Parts: sequence; structure tokens; C-alpha cells
Amino acid sequence: MIKKIYYKHGAGWIFLFLVLSAYALVGALRFDLFQEIAVYFKNTFIQVLPALILVFVITFLVNLFLDPKKLEKFFKTKTDYRSWMAMVILGVLSIGPIYMWYPVLADLKEKGLKNSLIAVFLYNRAIKPALIPMIVLYFGWPYLLIMTGLMIIFSLLNGLAVGKLAKK
Amino acid sequence: MNSCKEAWEKTGNNLKRTLPILTGVILLISMVMVLVPASFYQAVFIGHKAWDSLIGALVGSLAAGNPVNSYVISGELMDRGIGLIAITAFIISWVTVGLVQLPAESLMLGRRFAIVRSLFCFVSAIIIAFLTVFILNFL
Repeated sequence: MIKKIYYKHGAGWIFLFLVLSAYALVGALRFDLFQEIAVYFKNTFIQVLPALILVFVITFLVNLFLDPKKLEKFFKTKTDYRSWMAMVILGVLSIGPIYMWYPVLADLKEKGLKNSLIAVFLYNRAIKPALIPMIVLYFGWPYLLIMTGLMIIFSLLNGLAVGKLAKK
Repeated sequence: MNSCKEAWEKTGNNLKRTLPILTGVILLISMVMVLVPASFYQAVFIGHKAWDSLIGALVGSLAAGNPVNSYVISGELMDRGIGLIAITAFIISWVTVGLVQLPAESLMLGRRFAIVRSLFCFVSAIIIAFLTVFILNFL
């Protein structure tokens, strides 16, 4: 059955099928927990819906305006610090959960965006300007500055490592 | 510039391919958030610097949800005397690793990419934690 779904609809549906099976199992064993999870899912889904819509609008715009050949050429010629820094900044400024960005990045990857730059973007998504007051409240400014600085450095190392070890 | 129809078609195909994956991830995150109570995070630390940093990174990797939660939990961990190295490893791996998202990342960006990236993020969370505390103590 799983093979049939895979060939007809792709691996994403198998993943969803497996997760729904886990839900069925929880529902059969503990219906109260199942209800709690369902409410949590509903709230989370409503919360991420605007981000999801935004991501698909971006995907549409990327498909409309971005010429794959031009993008490939851009990242082939601008693999210097400018494209890396652009990814650091875009990663920090990007909003919404990380998984919402996978479709856009997958699309850009098909158009020629390098693994190393995708990795830099994803790593820097961990730096959240909106959380600065909270980090300062708990740990102070020096902690925030040191940790953030190290995370940016390691994001670049991450990009280098992923670029070398996970070639397209 | 591509035609509007072409762009719609591509976006539609992208949506068809990614929607089951995104739905699956949100379902999985909801399950983890309900089944793993906040008290679990406090129970796994034992007070040993190196071991706790490893545990911190592991638990942070398994955790899911809004990063705000990682800071709230970290505040509680600090009150209970857990070391800053472990807490930092926990916070960083929470926001950089995300094992719950790994299947989705593998399906959309490639298995090798997702595994290499996650492994590097896991190891770097521990290194950054040690370096952060070392530099803080040095200042």
C-alpha cells in the first residue's frame, strides 16, 4: 500500500500517512490526549497560516520574476562574501517557522541556489531579533552578543561544511 | 520574466508537493508538544558539565515549537541550578537542529543535505555553548 502511495503521490504523502497513523494509535489508546493534540494542531495551524500564505506568494513571485539561468549565473559569479552575507541577513530577518521556508528554498535550489547558501540561511533563522529582549532579560547583553556572534561565525562554517559534504 | 500562467502552474505543483509534508510536520510538532511535558526537560540534567551539555543539545534537538519556549524552560532550568553550558547547548540546538522537521527537510532539500546540516548544527551547539561561557568568564 505504501509503495502504491509513493509511486502515485510521492514521499510527502507517505510521511503524512505515517504521522496520521501515529495519531490513530494515540486516539485508540488515549482519546483525551488525542483531543488535546488536535486542539494544539488547530491552534498551531491557524497561527502559521499567514506565514504559509506568505511563503506561497513569495514562491509565486520567485517563479514569476526569477529567471533560473540568471540566478545560477548570479550565484556562480557572486560566491564571494556578498552572497554569504546576504544569506546571513535574509536568514536573520526571515519570519515564520523554519519548515515554512523549505518550499521556497527547494524551488530556489532547483533554480541553482547552492546548498552552502541554503545552509547559511537556515542556520541564521535561529537568530531572532524579536527574542532579543527575552534573551537579555534572562542572560544579559554580553551573553546575547557573544552567542549571536558565534552563531553567525558557525553559520558560515556550516555553509562550508554542507557545501563540501552535501554536493548537489 | 516567466508568464503568469506558468508561474501559477509551478507554484501549484510546489503546493501539491509540499502541503502534505508541512501538514505532517505541524501534526508531529503538535504531538510532541502535548506528549512531552515541560517537566521532562528539567528531569534529564544531572549536574555534570560535559554530560549536561550533551544532554542539553540532545533534548533541544528533539524539542519542537516556538523558540520562546526554549528561553522560558531555560529560565526554569537556571533556577534549578543547571549550568549555563548545558542551557546554551539546549537553546541553540532547539533553534538550529529540529529532529521533528528532519523528514520534511530531507524530502524537500535532500536527505544528505538535511543529515549533514543537522549533524553539524548539533555539534556546533555544544561548541558554541562552551565558547560562550568561556568568553563570558574571561570578560
